[in-house]
Amino acid sequence: MGGYIIKRVASAIVTIFAVATITFFLMFLVPGGPFLAEKAPSPQTLEALEKKYGLDQPVTVQYINYMKRLVLKLDLGTSLKKRGQEVNDIIRVRFPVSAKLGGIAVLTAVCLGIPLGSIAALNREKWLDRTIMAIATVGNAIPSFVVATVLMYVCGVVLRILPTLGLTSPAHYVLPVISLSFYPTAYIARLTRTSMLDVLGQDYMRTAKAKGLSRFKSLFKHALRNAVLPVVTYLGPLLAFIMTGNFVVERIFTIPGLGSEFISSITDRDYPLIMGTTIFLATLLIVLNVIVDIAYKIIDPRIKLK
Amino acid sequence: MSKTLLDINNLKVSFFTPAGEVKAINDISIRMEEGDVLGIVGESGSGKSVTAYSIMGLIPYPGRIVSGTIEFNGHKIHEMTEKELQDIRGNEVSIIFQDPMTSLNPVYTVGNQIQEVLFLHTKMDKKQAYERSLELLSLVGINEPERRLKQYPHELSGGMRQRVMIAIALACEPKLLIADEPTTALDVTIQAQILELMMELKKKINMSIILITHDLGIVASMCDKIAVMYAGKIVESGTADDIFYNPQHEYTKGLLKSIPKLNKKEHEKLVPIKGVPVDMLNPPAGCPFAPRCDSCMKICLRKMPEYTNISDKHICACWLLQKKGYEAATGGDR
Repeated sequence: MGGYIIKRVASAIVTIFAVATITFFLMFLVPGGPFLAEKAPSPQTLEALEKKYGLDQPVTVQYINYMKRLVLKLDLGTSLKKRGQEVNDIIRVRFPVSAKLGGIAVLTAVCLGIPLGSIAALNREKWLDRTIMAIATVGNAIPSFVVATVLMYVCGVVLRILPTLGLTSPAHYVLPVISLSFYPTAYIARLTRTSMLDVLGQDYMRTAKAKGLSRFKSLFKHALRNAVLPVVTYLGPLLAFIMTGNFVVERIFTIPGLGSEFISSITDRDYPLIMGTTIFLATLLIVLNVIVDIAYKIIDPRIKLK
Repeated sequence: MSKTLLDINNLKVSFFTPAGEVKAINDISIRMEEGDVLGIVGESGSGKSVTAYSIMGLIPYPGRIVSGTIEFNGHKIHEMTEKELQDIRGNEVSIIFQDPMTSLNPVYTVGNQIQEVLFLHTKMDKKQAYERSLELLSLVGINEPERRLKQYPHELSGGMRQRVMIAIALACEPKLLIADEPTTALDVTIQAQILELMMELKKKINMSIILITHDLGIVASMCDKIAVMYAGKIVESGTADDIFYNPQHEYTKGLLKSIPKLNKKEHEKLVPIKGVPVDMLNPPAGCPFAPRCDSCMKICLRKMPEYTNISDKHICACWLLQKKGYEAATGGDR
């Protein structure tokens, strides 16, 4: 296990380095710049600004300087648009907001999706299965901004039962969590149904029944653990993306999360923030994938970590 | 006289598929005394396994018992609820399946899967169950039982896994062990070991065995009684000697001819049974074997023959044996 983690950390460093390098050069290929607004500043101001932030130097020199600071101090630099704010601080303040919301959403998706998928599989081809799968298909097809807008209109405007802006009380979490978990719930339900159907047809399920186990016990002990493996695989990337925030949902519910920074940093050409958010997401993704792989090993002893 | 353990009477089991009703078992009767070893022989799809599953109430969907009775050890299986069946399964009657590679759950240890059945049917605590599982593993001839208990199925060989399956089946000392082609998936050398083990254990804990197989060689050495199944019917049954030395049904004769023999001359070819098994969705009106039978008569295609008693235990359903009945029915027109 120790050796495995060392190997994964080494490969993670290489991956993150590659992600950082590619992003850095791609970023400068895009025309425009951080200081070009509708009302363009005078050439002198522009020059002064670019000099101040080191943007007048060749891209390769900027790259070397950036990587030096990143590796030696883990410093992601200073935002060009949010004057004076460190990228590290932006992530530190905004990530927990998105992570909490996203975590709750993933938990909801798992707690609803797995039972729904299992129920569908157990009632295969009956009305319950058809109903659940119809809803799941719709859930897979509707984008989160539609869900969010409809929920906001129905619950916030028409019925006036739930708050729609910000995240100041537990009630404020309800609508964003539903919007965020709608798609993953549907997806997990479909995944679970498929793998559950596969597991239910396995010989060891017949063995369990022949031992005299009740249907419920054999499902819980023998089927579920084998059936959740595909869901676990999906959870790694899902957690990484959902915990770093969803741009649309955060905009609609005015949540001060990290998701909006991914988009705004690009439209703003806020180079350090683009780099910071990208590297952060890549790191989180890798870490969660390692955790998923280890969880996999715990659930299914046949899997060898290499 | 020994006690009757299993009494199946006029059992019919059908699978109701979208394409129509498949009569997997069509009117069979089986009687077993305590301590008997019964062999059920037949080709794929003849209803051997379904017979076994119906004794345990394990007929898979969309199959069910249409009519007939199954009495086992004082229980009326055909009338029992799922809950009552659960108390019997793995306890009074156990089953070993064909493929040991897939019959154990890959994510639990061997120990866990053996102890599970002990916790289910006995009042053993953890320590007792552990002791018992060790004992069971040694009983089925697995070395280093302490280590094996902590291993997962994928860490064991096929023969070893089948031994574990047997250990699970024997955990509660069942009255009846059903072995559904227990050696089909195993190497020949391992096959012999597993069969020997089963016979040895039978003596030790005094249980009965139903051995389901398509390998006549196996039943010859192990079974007291043999039932030959074809297309959901028992076409002939009797003692091993009856079946091997005095076969009456054309199908049984065909099966015996298709066994390779070591003392045959090398140019002698095996004699296969011509034709293909019947389409169970549209079974013929008469004897199901008639279309493949060399001695087929007109009546064979029209009517299923009754059983003829050849001796006390030897019965066979074939019109050839019922010449008298046949002549009376048709007026000698062949």
